[in-house]
Amino acid sequence: MTLELRGITKRFPGVVANDDVSLSVAPGEIIALLGENGAGKTTLMNILFGLYSPDEGEVLIDGKQLELSNPSASIAAGVGMVHQHFMLVPVFTVAENVVLGLEPTEALGWIDKDAADAMVREISDRYNLAVDPDSMVEDIPVGVQQRVEIIKVLVRNARYIIFDEPTAVLTPQEVEEFFAIVRGLKEDGKGVIFISHKLNEALEIADRIVVLRDGKSVGEANPKTATENQLAEMMVGRPVELEVQKGLAEPGKVVLSVENLVVLDDRDHRTVDGVTFQVRANEVVGIAGVQGNGQTELVESLTGMRPSLAGHVFVDGVDVTEWSPRAIHKLGIAHIPEDRQESGLVLQFTVAENMVLDSYYDRPYSRGIQMDWDVAAHSSERLVDEYDVKTSRVDVPVSDLSGGNQQKVIVAREFDRDVKLVVASQPTRGVDVGSIEYIHKRIIEQRDEGAAVLIVSSELDEVMALSDRILVMFKGRIAGEFEGATATTTEVGLAMLGSGGSHD
Amino acid sequence: MTDQGTQSPPDERPPNGRSFDGVMDRIAGIGEPIRRALLLPTLALVLALVVGAFIIMVTDVDAWRRMGDEPLAALGDMLDGVWVAYRELFIGAFGSVRALSETLFTSTPLILAGLAVAVGFRAGLFNIGARGQIFVGGLFALWVGLHVDLPAILHIPVAVIAAMIGGGIWGGLAGLLKARTGAHEVITTIMLNFVAAFFTLWVLKTSVFQEEGSTIPKSAPILESARLPTIFGSQYRINIGIFIAIAAVFFVYWILFRSTIGFEFRAAGFSPSASLYAGMNVAFLYTAVMFLSGALSGLAGATQTLGLPPYTVTDNFAGNIGFDAIALALLGRSHPFGVLWSGLLFGALIAGGRVMQAAAGVTVDLVIVMQSLIVIFIAAPELVRAIFKVKAAEAEPTQVTTGWGA
Repeated sequence: MTLELRGITKRFPGVVANDDVSLSVAPGEIIALLGENGAGKTTLMNILFGLYSPDEGEVLIDGKQLELSNPSASIAAGVGMVHQHFMLVPVFTVAENVVLGLEPTEALGWIDKDAADAMVREISDRYNLAVDPDSMVEDIPVGVQQRVEIIKVLVRNARYIIFDEPTAVLTPQEVEEFFAIVRGLKEDGKGVIFISHKLNEALEIADRIVVLRDGKSVGEANPKTATENQLAEMMVGRPVELEVQKGLAEPGKVVLSVENLVVLDDRDHRTVDGVTFQVRANEVVGIAGVQGNGQTELVESLTGMRPSLAGHVFVDGVDVTEWSPRAIHKLGIAHIPEDRQESGLVLQFTVAENMVLDSYYDRPYSRGIQMDWDVAAHSSERLVDEYDVKTSRVDVPVSDLSGGNQQKVIVAREFDRDVKLVVASQPTRGVDVGSIEYIHKRIIEQRDEGAAVLIVSSELDEVMALSDRILVMFKGRIAGEFEGATATTTEVGLAMLGSGGSHD
Repeated sequence: MTDQGTQSPPDERPPNGRSFDGVMDRIAGIGEPIRRALLLPTLALVLALVVGAFIIMVTDVDAWRRMGDEPLAALGDMLDGVWVAYRELFIGAFGSVRALSETLFTSTPLILAGLAVAVGFRAGLFNIGARGQIFVGGLFALWVGLHVDLPAILHIPVAVIAAMIGGGIWGGLAGLLKARTGAHEVITTIMLNFVAAFFTLWVLKTSVFQEEGSTIPKSAPILESARLPTIFGSQYRINIGIFIAIAAVFFVYWILFRSTIGFEFRAAGFSPSASLYAGMNVAFLYTAVMFLSGALSGLAGATQTLGLPPYTVTDNFAGNIGFDAIALALLGRSHPFGVLWSGLLFGALIAGGRVMQAAAGVTVDLVIVMQSLIVIFIAAPELVRAIFKVKAAEAEPTQVTTGWGA
């Protein structure tokens, strides 16, 4: 009674996405499928779900061969998939979404709403999902939307459930709740495949960890004995420093000084509500906090992208409140924006064009109003080499690069000049382990060369690893301050929830 | 390899370093689109000719009457009709000095207005207002042509620059409204078209422009010194306007791909938020690009008021150019060379179509049908790709605008 993939090979033009991969899941077992972006995890699961047909190999369910490249056959055989991007109709209720495609009908084709509600309630109760069938999907939080997806899969009698990067969209608390649900599914005898690139999550939830690298299965690990470092090495193919190596900070003069800053968000809420702090030269200050507590607006205001309502921002003693992004940039501020695809890069532009995106208007990249693409190309070549950006050439669209390499393009662009102050927002979101290590190293390098560094991240681990000093933002205010060397995850975590935190 | 939809290409650097052929062109987004900009319109033309032939056959009423008695002969007649129509179309477009003159003469304003729309597309703006900008630019040139007395060497440049300023103001107005108030340029430019058209109608009946003794909206002939000189003598209509159009093609190419402001236009076109991050003034860019776009339309207006014998101007001088321009920009994939090529193509179709109507009795409306078909085929690259088995990358849809948001 198992699900088995045998010798799956899938080739795309120019790439072998899966190379002779085998994998099995038993009922009541949780398998973590671990790998970097592009290692072939999603391709493998899409084959299992019938979205792609493999070039070689077979899939067996309970010993019976599964008809390939047919999602209906996969669903009928008991395979369900919760996609990373939810497939829900926002203006439908939970129940309507769940029964979409298998509507229980009354006479004349009316949807039997009571039957639909009952289906949702029954499953919600059985697995403790706490989902209200009558809520509009657009009104419920992302974590609950994910549970709607789970219900959809369960209603279709899935016995094997694939989760594609399920925690990417969840807050830390939601992750815990999600894990409880997955354990419930396991107890009920479901086989679970959990796709992730987060090591700690795989170790926490899985019974068995399978690691993919460059389309090949590079081995299995036992979560009881394996360490994060071992897993990272399997994923990347070389030893990886997960711990950020840094010496003690010797903070110098104050570079960034924020005084009673008040910033409104797009809906005119005081999202940043009187924030005061300082960042010194040779110091990394990390701002921790659950997403949506004003960090985004704070950074936008510091970098000139959003006006402030009150308060002041000083850089090196100069009042830069209300300065334009360009003026601030010229002062020597490197800004790694929160959303690289939205603001950090023009995705349709080439790597070279992106490398000069905020310095094109001046020498050496232009003379007067004429661009000098020659210089831009050569300089990009150098930066690509220096910052380990993996791209075949600098004239390909930056959208062809992986997330980690896109981020390195931004890091290269921002760090390749005299930097006084680094403002990095979510610097490693959606980035592979190898690139995380690299980007962290570069950030610490900036600190050691004398820059003041402000890190904003919703990944508590990242803030803890990088910061010499930690500030916690909660509801637009600084809710706690901790020494990086002595802070514990628990006390910072509590401050993130608005309880406790010391102002020492 | 579709984890999160992106992945790095396999690392296959040549051992001696990366290849540098044409790097600069591709960096500025130049090299790749030229071939594509020319390939797709050409394939679309071939398809349109095939469908057009079918239409000629289906509408051959005489042949259909004979179909019952002598089906083979009737079919032969139909094919013959297609052959004659296309032969005359070709002759009318390229078959003589006069034909070439007419083709280039007709292409001139189309190329200029097509460039105007293309520049807007590149910056993410959909300028439907070429028509209005042609009117305003044309009127500015007309006024200079009627009322300013200068030697030709000065008179023509002054009139042409006046047209650019007039069209630029009309286009820039829509840009300014978008930058300041967020008013969508599609709406404002359409409305400004009406304003310009009716203003033209009125103003041509005022004593400032109207020919003495005339009762219709028609201007007096412009001064000879302001008329665009013909190239092959006055029996052929082709004039130096075509050189202005070609110069504009190269100028727009330089602006878009070699100048700093063109870099900003393109960045704002793809991603206003990234442009803001990069310190660009997006509101200024919207105004600037609409001014430039309007100025190019204004040039098209100038060729209509300064270059069209008998050099009197009626209220319909913008013709259908403003709308053909949108089709042209799409067809040329918003690339200046693509627009040049498409403009010549449309010019040839229109010029040839007139001869076809006269010689083969096929209505000139067929040309409009074919223009429309070409645009449909361009808008449906999947179809062309399937028919000609063109590689996917060659037939990607053109980026037009980033949508209706603010």
